[in-house]
Order: sequence, then C-alpha cells, then structure tokens
Amino acid sequence: MQDFAQEFMTALSLILSGDSELLNIVFLSLKVSLLAVFFGALVGMPLGAALAVGRFPGRRALIVLVNALMGLPPVVVGLCVYLMLSRSGPLGVLQLLYTPTAMIIAQFVLVTPIIAALTRQTVESLDAEYTEQLRSLGLSRLASVPVLLWDGRIALLTAFLAGFGRAIAEVGAVIIVGGNINHVTRVMTTTIALETSKGNLSLALALGVILIAIAIAVNAAVSLLARGAAPQRGELSHA
Amino acid sequence: MRDFPLPGSEYPRLEATALKIARGGKTLLDVASLTLDGPGPTLILGPNGAGKSLLLRCLHGLIEADSGQIWQDDRPLDASQRARQAMVFQRPVLLRRSVAANLDFVLKRQGMARKARAERIHELLCEGGLQDKARQSARSLSVGEGQRLAILRALAARPEILFLDEPTSALDPGATQKIETLIRRASARGTKILMVTHDIGQARRLGADIVLMWGGKVAEHRPAHGFFETPQSQAAQAFLGGALVP
Ligand SMILES: Nc1ncnc2c1ncn2[C@@H]1O[C@H](COP(=O)(O)OP(=O)(O)OP(=O)(O)O)[C@@H](O)[C@H]1O
Ligand SMILES: [Mg+2]
Repeated sequence: MQDFAQEFMTALSLILSGDSELLNIVFLSLKVSLLAVFFGALVGMPLGAALAVGRFPGRRALIVLVNALMGLPPVVVGLCVYLMLSRSGPLGVLQLLYTPTAMIIAQFVLVTPIIAALTRQTVESLDAEYTEQLRSLGLSRLASVPVLLWDGRIALLTAFLAGFGRAIAEVGAVIIVGGNINHVTRVMTTTIALETSKGNLSLALALGVILIAIAIAVNAAVSLLARGAAPQRGELSHA
Repeated sequence: MRDFPLPGSEYPRLEATALKIARGGKTLLDVASLTLDGPGPTLILGPNGAGKSLLLRCLHGLIEADSGQIWQDDRPLDASQRARQAMVFQRPVLLRRSVAANLDFVLKRQGMARKARAERIHELLCEGGLQDKARQSARSLSVGEGQRLAILRALAARPEILFLDEPTSALDPGATQKIETLIRRASARGTKILMVTHDIGQARRLGADIVLMWGGKVAEHRPAHGFFETPQSQAAQAFLGGALVP
C-alpha cells in the first residue's frame, strides 16, 4: 500500500511538472486518435447516411456487415493492417510500418464502422420521421441528407466521440503496426503496457490518470452539448 | 362570420378523377370525381379511417394513387405545382432547431435575402402569437404552440393551396380559436384551404363547402349551408345524426 501511494504521488508530480516525455506521449496519442476519427468521420458519416436513405441492391447485407465490423477485435485489425503494410505486403513500398501514419490507418479501420453504423441508425430513424415533411417542403431525397445530418448533429457528435473513445483506449492495433518505438510511435496505452511490465509504475499510472481524465472530459462534453442544443425532449437525453 | 376573399383574388382549382388506392386487397381510396375551386375553405369530414389523410397526401403528391389523375389549374399535378402547395400533417414534424429557424428553413429555400427573411419571420411569429418564442427550441413548444408554428411554416412560402390535417384536434378552445383566425386570414388573402376536422362546429364555422368521406369514397360534397341543413346522402345523415346524439 505504501508503495502504491508512493507511485501515485510520483505519477501526480510527473503530470503536474509537465514532464516532457509524458507530454510527447499524450500529444502523439491525441494526434493519432483524432486524425483517425477525423478521417473515419469523413468516410463513415457519408457511408452511414447513404446506407440510411439510399435504396440499392445489397444495402441490407452492407448494413449487417458494418454493424458486425463495429466489434472488430483491435489485434485482428492490427494484424491485417500489418500484413498490408509489411515489406512484402501490397502497400509495402510506402514504408509506413512502424510510423504514426500506420497507427492512424489501423485506428481508422477500427472507428469507421462505428461511426458509419451509428450515423446510419441516427439518420434512418430521423428520416422515418422527417421524410414526408421534407418532401412536402419540396426537398428531394438527396437534398434531405444534409438536413437529416444537421438535425441529427448531437447524435452524430456522440458517434464521433464514441469512435474517439474507442481509438484512444485501444492497444492491440497500434502496438502491432506502430511497434511501440520510443519517441516515435509510443502512445499512452502502449506505454502503459510496456512500463507496467518493466515495473515503472509511476509513468504508467500518470498516463492512466490522463486517459481517464480524457474519457471523463469527452463524456462531459457530450452531455453539455446535448443540454445546450435542446432544453427538453427525448432523443437527446440518452446522448 | 366568414371573411370572404377580397374581390378579384384568384383561387386555384384542384381536380381529381378516378383516384384509387388499394393495399392488401382492400380499397382505401376510391374517389370518382372531386373538384375544389371557388373561395373559402373546404372542410373534410368523416369517421376514423375514412381516407381523409390519404386523400390529402394524394392531392399533395406525397403518395401516388394506383390509378386516376390530379389536375391543378387544369394541368396535371407536377413538381412546380406542388411547390405552390403546403401541408400541415396530422402529427406535425418540427425540425430540431429553434422556432425561428424552422421558418427560416422554408424562406431560405425560397431564395429570400437575409434581411427580408428576418422581417418575414417576425411578421409570421407575430401573426401566430409566438414572437416571444423565436429562439426557443421548436421541440420544446407545447402541442398547441407547435401546431401554430407548423401552420406558420406552411404559410411562410405563401402557398396557393394549404392542406391542413386536423390542425386543432389536440387543442383547447382558446388555441383552437387562434388557429381558426390564422386560417381565416390566410383564406382571405387568397390561399385555398383544404382542412380535415372531426369538429362539426369548426366545419360550420370555417367551411364554405364540405366534403364527407366515407369508406374511402366521397359520400357528399356540397356547400356548407346545404350540407348541414339538408344532408342528402345516407352517410351524411348518419354522420351528422351520430354527432348530435351523444
Ligand atoms: N400505407 C398503408 N398501408 C395500408 N393501409 C393504409 C396505409 N395508409 C393508410 N392505410 C389505411 O387507410 C385507411 C385510411 O387512412 P387515413 O389515414 O386516410 O384515415 P383518416 O380518415 O385520416 O382517419 P383519422 O380520422 O383517424 O385520421 C385506414 O384504414 C388506414 O389503416
Ligand atoms: Mg387522418
């Protein structure tokens, strides 16, 4: 117990002193995950919207597939991206393995289905409610899409943050394609895993505290936004 | 006490022939012929499931009939004519935005400039008594306020034809009166009103002519006075009789 208290105090002082190694790791984590979620949203939101309002053969199957991909095990994603990027893989010439870019790609693969599936759910249920009204106002199906996205903005933001939460907390994929190289591809989760096994608990604990703080901040942001956007009524309260 | 339109205002003409809709072997709508023209609101009466909402959807071009034709001003109904119609649904759908933004949405689509839009929004809100609620989320309005907003939004584009599906079914007498005033004013300005109601008193107050729907068919269509004083069809007699005997 004494040890733990000791380690915890060291961890706090690491955070409070703004230890540069610690900060670099945190910044890299944020950069990798935010970019992965940004590109994930760029692909996932239009894909989700298309699945919600589009009518094309194979749509049902695609929805089932996207929903299933939501639960992809990170290590499997890591393995697949590794095979693609490894020297003998199809994208080997790009020499991306063990770079932050590889980590962004792996997390992108992980979060895009989450964002797409949540976007589809949001847009589809809103569409069921809005469709006749928007037609009455003279909007085509295509013109309805931006309206549905905008009016579903809180739920979409929640989808975005859900993707971010998944990315920032994930170890399996980034450790495989990033390699956990000091000062290059070391992010919060991989550092925690490594430092714990080395017995350097204070750095691991400090990063753990920061990870939890980020999770709390993300959730607080969601609930604040939800409250600001709609003072009352159903669809936002569960955001 | 009806505000008849100013002389010279032209009313659009809506005509339907041989409209038929069947689903699962059941005929839901079967309108041999219906012509709506002339001044004053047309009120549509009929029991639950008679096909009133279906008829409005059809005339507004939201659902396509299995067969039959609809003309507006002697031309087949198309997108450009639908743009001159507006509808308030039985369950109004308000956008998840502020009250003012719900109106702005329609005005923007009309291509109005920002300043003109702001003025028109203010004018509409005053007309509906919602000027204090401009910034409130539309979804947080009371049912009656929401219904007023839905009507104002439908009026925002100055439609030539306005379909109203039971706009006062959930309202208290005061709110009902406010909406009736809105409807009278719109009618006086030259908008052709087509309104479904279950309130016979309201049909008497507002209606210039009455359409009685019964089992998907138009059982009777006559000027209001004649309809209420001397109902001719059996359906009308039964309907009005049922309404008078509690
Ligand atoms: N898409 C549909 N598929 C099958 N039946 C339908 C469909 N839409 C409407 N109906 C049926 O058509 C009939 C007429 O419906 P409609 O909504 O027009 O009734 P209404 O006269 O407006 O009744 P109310 O006064 O209760 O609003 C009902 O029996 C309804 O169940
Ligand atoms: Mg109805």
